[in-house]
Amino acid sequence: MADDIRALSAQLAQDPQSLVFLRLGEALRRKGQLDAALRVAMNGLERHPHLADAHDLYARILTDKRDYERAFDEWDMAVRIAPNHTGALKGLAFLYFKVGDLAQAESHLEAARKVEPDDPSIDQAITMMRGGVSPPVPEPTVASPTVASPTLGALDEARVFAGLEGANEGLLLIDGAGRVLGGALRDRAGADVTDAVAAYLAGVSQEAARTAKLLGLGAWNGLSAEGQQGNVHLAHPTPEALLLVVRERGIPLGRLAILAHRATAMARRWLERGT
Amino acid sequence: MSTALDLITRVRGVRGAMLVSADDGIVIAEQLMEGIKGGAVAALAASLAGRLRRAMEAAGTGTSVFWHLQAEQGALLVVPDGNSSVAGGGGILVVAVAEPDVNIGLVRLELLRVAETVV
Repeated sequence: MADDIRALSAQLAQDPQSLVFLRLGEALRRKGQLDAALRVAMNGLERHPHLADAHDLYARILTDKRDYERAFDEWDMAVRIAPNHTGALKGLAFLYFKVGDLAQAESHLEAARKVEPDDPSIDQAITMMRGGVSPPVPEPTVASPTVASPTLGALDEARVFAGLEGANEGLLLIDGAGRVLGGALRDRAGADVTDAVAAYLAGVSQEAARTAKLLGLGAWNGLSAEGQQGNVHLAHPTPEALLLVVRERGIPLGRLAILAHRATAMARRWLERGT
Repeated sequence: MSTALDLITRVRGVRGAMLVSADDGIVIAEQLMEGIKGGAVAALAASLAGRLRRAMEAAGTGTSVFWHLQAEQGALLVVPDGNSSVAGGGGILVVAVAEPDVNIGLVRLELLRVAETVV
């Protein structure tokens, strides 16, 4: 374990932007080094404020420190970012049980079971809770030190588009100010370009609307673009939000528009649930 | 240049075509049906093209070779020439305004052909 922590610390020092902080924070938490774990989680959150797994990690550490109020806020935030985050749903269930709200606790566990029907720990927690026994503090779903891939949690917001072709890459949902609401983008080299693209796209929705209006074309409903190395499609699930779908050049614009149409419907439902 | 725009406007469903300076959104040449505000459309098309160019470069798709704004009652179709891929490169946008049921593929081909001609 100590070796794990040393190795993970070294990795994080080498690349402070990486998501290895999730594994390091969890390793420290498991070792009982809660203050160190808290620092790692907070630093990670500063760099990745839209990452549900980071809020989940922070909430678990706060729970270990018995700071249930702040833990609730963090798990609540994780669920707002990724409504199907089972770790956060189980965490909220645990906290609801603590304050005696069994109905809410069970409802959150049921929601988690819908997402992961094969997870035995959920059934176990429901049984324990019904027997009046507190369910255990939920274990991480992706940030465990035993999980090898440091990038597994990177595209957490992509759960907005769970089940959709290419849901873990090339789908991005932003608000009118260019803030990321969900999804993630990677360039051809695999680098995360989510924030840069989101910033450039801020205001495109209003500009497209103005252009269409000026031309007497009514409301705009999509923008397709063919690039030298890839194609993109823009749509707006709500007047304020903008959805970007990026695919390699081999995917024709027509097929991209169909995919974007499906993603738009999912994003709209997700946005409606979140408000 | 006017002859070049003819290639585009003769496609059924096209209401107008323009050559626009990508840097400043000024109309270079136009053939538009009455009622289309060429100057304003050119400015907005150039601005939208600039944003798209930057976003697509950041996304790793390279610069756009064709884009198409779809709306309820029509479409705006644009082909940036090679120089438009560089900010301040003095590039030209070939722009078409079309009815909703226009043959997009055909307009795209004509726009690309004109872009090659005017460079």
